[in-house]
Amino acid sequence: MDLFSTFFNIPVLVASLPQLLNGLLVTIGIGITSIIAGLIGGLFLAVLRLYAGPVTNALVRGYIDVFRSIPLLVLLIIVYYALPFVGIRLSPFFSAVTALTLVSAAYTAEIFRAGIEAIPKGQFEASAALGLSNRYTMTDVILPQAIRIVIPPLTNNCINVLKDTALASVVAMPDLLKQATQAQALSANPTPLIGAAVIYLILLLPMVRFVARLEKRFSRGRT
Amino acid sequence: MKAPLIKIKNLRKAYGNFTVLHGIDLEISQGEVVCVVGPSGSGKSTLIRCINHLEPFEDDGEIIVDGIPVRPGRDLADVRAEVGMVFQSFNLFPHMTVLRNVMLAPIRVRKMNEADAEKRARDLLERVGISVQADKYPGQLSGGQQQRVAIARALAMEPKVLLFDEPTSALDPEMVGEVLDVMKKLAGTGVTMVVVTHEMGFARQVADRVLFMDGGNIIEAGTPTEIFDAPKEERTRNFLHAVLDH
Repeated sequence: MDLFSTFFNIPVLVASLPQLLNGLLVTIGIGITSIIAGLIGGLFLAVLRLYAGPVTNALVRGYIDVFRSIPLLVLLIIVYYALPFVGIRLSPFFSAVTALTLVSAAYTAEIFRAGIEAIPKGQFEASAALGLSNRYTMTDVILPQAIRIVIPPLTNNCINVLKDTALASVVAMPDLLKQATQAQALSANPTPLIGAAVIYLILLLPMVRFVARLEKRFSRGRT
Repeated sequence: MKAPLIKIKNLRKAYGNFTVLHGIDLEISQGEVVCVVGPSGSGKSTLIRCINHLEPFEDDGEIIVDGIPVRPGRDLADVRAEVGMVFQSFNLFPHMTVLRNVMLAPIRVRKMNEADAEKRARDLLERVGISVQADKYPGQLSGGQQQRVAIARALAMEPKVLLFDEPTSALDPEMVGEVLDVMKKLAGTGVTMVVVTHEMGFARQVADRVLFMDGGNIIEAGTPTEIFDAPKEERTRNFLHAVLDH
């Protein structure tokens, strides 16, 4: 068998394509759910850290440090295989979403904190002097300005979350990678794996380009 | 006699071992225009930043604005709604148009509806001579124009007191006049104003009372004539000599 029919076997690819596309839907489902939950959690943590007292602050910092340190695969396996021992039984989908969200929220919180801290102190002071509540200071003054700063790193984080969804295959989640390995086993040909890799690239390359463009525009705007 | 609008008693503030304010006592009446002058680091900015609690101060001191004690907690937003502030660096909101900058606080704090807030904002921008630029963003305006917008933004809350923290110090010299003109007009309308400034001409012309501060104390207070023409204290004389005679 020549190289081409081994790695780029069109009939095998065509046969496995429906399976791969099903896997892609699962991957996107896990990814988007985790990204949205992580954004909400991260924003909540960042604002909490800004306004809460020293004890809460230390707790939030502890959370962020722990979940930025723990390997995602380890966390996922703990959620899926260890938590049932204390009666918490999550489906593969929710195990993956839980692990990804916990980690993504930690990174997102740091991104938002950096974005909020980049806003000059005078903006907080002007808001306070006008009598704006903390809530309106955030929603009307600080966050709209911080959003522009955090979009490139947030998009980077989205890319990471989407890539990390592949780990869900170890908890028997029929995501893109899992479908590809199954199709590979079935057809005794690695083409479905190549197909999956190409699909990941089609999904993520535009986002990577997008971040690069944003970062370039951002740094140009600053000088 | 009417009760003072602002009452400051034993106001003290320190950063670590460095004392910025040594027990200031001061009363300011309704409608009074007070200019605070003095060398850099004399505590004059800190003093007015304490009035709306942008700077926290020692617990044993007291500031009362219009009957409300200034301290952290629920009442603080009420005090701040009554105390407008104009900053040295303008601090306009760069992501909003000039009009929106002026409308924001009346809508959010006074719960005014959009139409009324817009009408008030346009009137105020007219008053400070910025009506043509209402739909521009702050970054498109000159420093002098931005500071006039900042004054309109503070006025939109119809505050009982306006605090000015060196409002012309960050401006190019040719723009100082337009901002001072707006402030002079304002002083004529009966608004209570506390102005930290290096503009001695403005203080002499507009102030009802001039405070000279040095080293965290009010060294001398009096009418502009008393302070500028017949200062009693050595330190006041030295300062005025340094800023006026050259």
